[in-house]
Amino acid sequence: MKSKKPSIPYIIWMVIFTMIPIVMIGYTAFTDENGSFTTEYFSNALYYGDVFAKSLWIAFLSTAICLLVAYPLAYLISNMKESTQNAVIMLLMIPMWMNFLLRIYAWVTLLQDNGPIDTALSLLGIHGTYIGNTGAVVLGMVYEYLPFMVLPIYTVMCKIDRSLIEAAQDLGSSGFSVIKKVVLPLSMPGVISGITMVFVPSASTFLVSQYLGGTDDIMIGDIIDKIFWTDQNTGSAISLILMVLIFVFLIIMNLFGDEEAIA
Amino acid sequence: MKKIISIILAAALAASMTAGLSGCGGSYDGEVNVYNWGEYISNGEDGLMDIIEEFENQTNIKVNYTTYETNEELYNMLKNSNVSYDVIIPSEYMISKLIEEDMLLELDFDNIPNYEYIMDRFKKLDCDPEGKYTVCYSWGVTAMVYDTTKVSEKPTSWEALWDEDLSGQILMFNNSRDAMAISMQLCGINPSSCTTEDVDTAAEKLSEQKPLLKKYVMDQAFTEMETGQAAIAPYYAGDIITMMENNEDLDYAMPEDGANLFYDAMCIPTCSKNKENAEKFINFMQEPEVAAANFEYLNYATPNQKAYDNYIDEDAKNNELIYPSDEYLDKCYVFTNVSDEVYSYMQEQFVKIQAD
Repeated sequence: MKSKKPSIPYIIWMVIFTMIPIVMIGYTAFTDENGSFTTEYFSNALYYGDVFAKSLWIAFLSTAICLLVAYPLAYLISNMKESTQNAVIMLLMIPMWMNFLLRIYAWVTLLQDNGPIDTALSLLGIHGTYIGNTGAVVLGMVYEYLPFMVLPIYTVMCKIDRSLIEAAQDLGSSGFSVIKKVVLPLSMPGVISGITMVFVPSASTFLVSQYLGGTDDIMIGDIIDKIFWTDQNTGSAISLILMVLIFVFLIIMNLFGDEEAIA
Repeated sequence: MKKIISIILAAALAASMTAGLSGCGGSYDGEVNVYNWGEYISNGEDGLMDIIEEFENQTNIKVNYTTYETNEELYNMLKNSNVSYDVIIPSEYMISKLIEEDMLLELDFDNIPNYEYIMDRFKKLDCDPEGKYTVCYSWGVTAMVYDTTKVSEKPTSWEALWDEDLSGQILMFNNSRDAMAISMQLCGINPSSCTTEDVDTAAEKLSEQKPLLKKYVMDQAFTEMETGQAAIAPYYAGDIITMMENNEDLDYAMPEDGANLFYDAMCIPTCSKNKENAEKFINFMQEPEVAAANFEYLNYATPNQKAYDNYIDEDAKNNELIYPSDEYLDKCYVFTNVSDEVYSYMQEQFVKIQAD
């Protein structure tokens, strides 16, 4: 029988830093200052329904764009020479070594009026504002989370048995149908975990929209941040709703994943 | 290789020993725990006085100096931790809250003779009407900073922040107190005695402003204004001076009806264990030379009359943004004595405006 001892530190960690905080959030969300049960804070939280919807929409767009960019990229990388693969993955990782906020600041500088992008496009006769809108927020998110999509897909693709692809080719599959019938189904677990790793943090993120968005692009993470100063109960209720939404999303993703595995 | 490592280790050992020795060498006659805003005391930069070092040299009292970022952080530390502080420097509204909750000690003004230099206006503060708990540290007003290349005429009222011609180029305070105060003033409400209905009125005015705004900002106001991204913003006088130093297109405008007068004051919390040293420190901060050096560093006005008379240069004195006239100050309001209930309602409404 295997010893359970090695898992003890992790269990203690989970209890202190995961279980207890969740219980505390739940308690704060469901009780008023006298400690009696109430659902008042959830009706307060529902006021922010539009912000929930907008946050999920922004997260969805960011995830979709990340997937569209990352999938071909991961495929290309997995077909490179091993030394090149390592170099490219390294390049992809380097920006992540820099502080998250600094990278967002960099985008502010790039996108602002009379910034490099605006100046360059003005020379071509194109005038516009590139910051302070939903597009800029989505761009910031895609930039931020792209590596989280590429890495799991790439890892799975590397493990695909070359002989399966060769077999498909021998049997007369065209390049496209090899990807569709062999690579895509086999890389699905990577896609699923990529989507999860991008969608979950981008739905709950804050600050990105404060720097890149306009007054209408406030996200649910920003609301929680602001409201917590004076009203921890409503803040907790909003957090709890967000957790449930994300949990539902994860369940759906898992169902989807299992089906693919069966097929 | 081994040799090099042992040399480094020996050097490190020697260094730590001398450091230890110098630490023991200067035996202090006591200590004082000062808890202040970040970047809020002259620290020897730009050839100005290093106030803490100067205090330690003169009194031989060790200063343990720590900083906070918001009044709320200070409040939570005092309320929920066992740390002992001797001098704290909260803002007016937090002082009234601390007094109300019996968290401040009365000062012994016999130990603070320099209190006589404090301008009368800053002796009995609105948050401490009997002047028992506080010695004012610095003060200022809110005003507008605008870009002369984008705004043709110098604004005369907060109404400029609702100007449709500047749509998309206006910035607004991203904190409920300052934003609501401006809106209330335009609606003819005195913010220092506001009710929840007043908050509703002010909130409505703010939602009218939202479509015209570029952004709600705090510290981002510096980059936005200094790089010419926005046309106009309300901000704190001392910081407007800093912005104007960094972008010569910027100018300031003071609303004719007055603005918010804010101040921070030194207090001794009930958790203090070195009250006498704390009073020495407070007294030292009001030595005219010290107060003047601190003003030069902060750009926020000093309440010390003697420092003002003898040490502050004419340019600063004549700058109405730093030292507004008495008539102007009489028109300003102090945001204080707002009950917890109204304050959290205000906060909630401000978040809702942003969420809508």
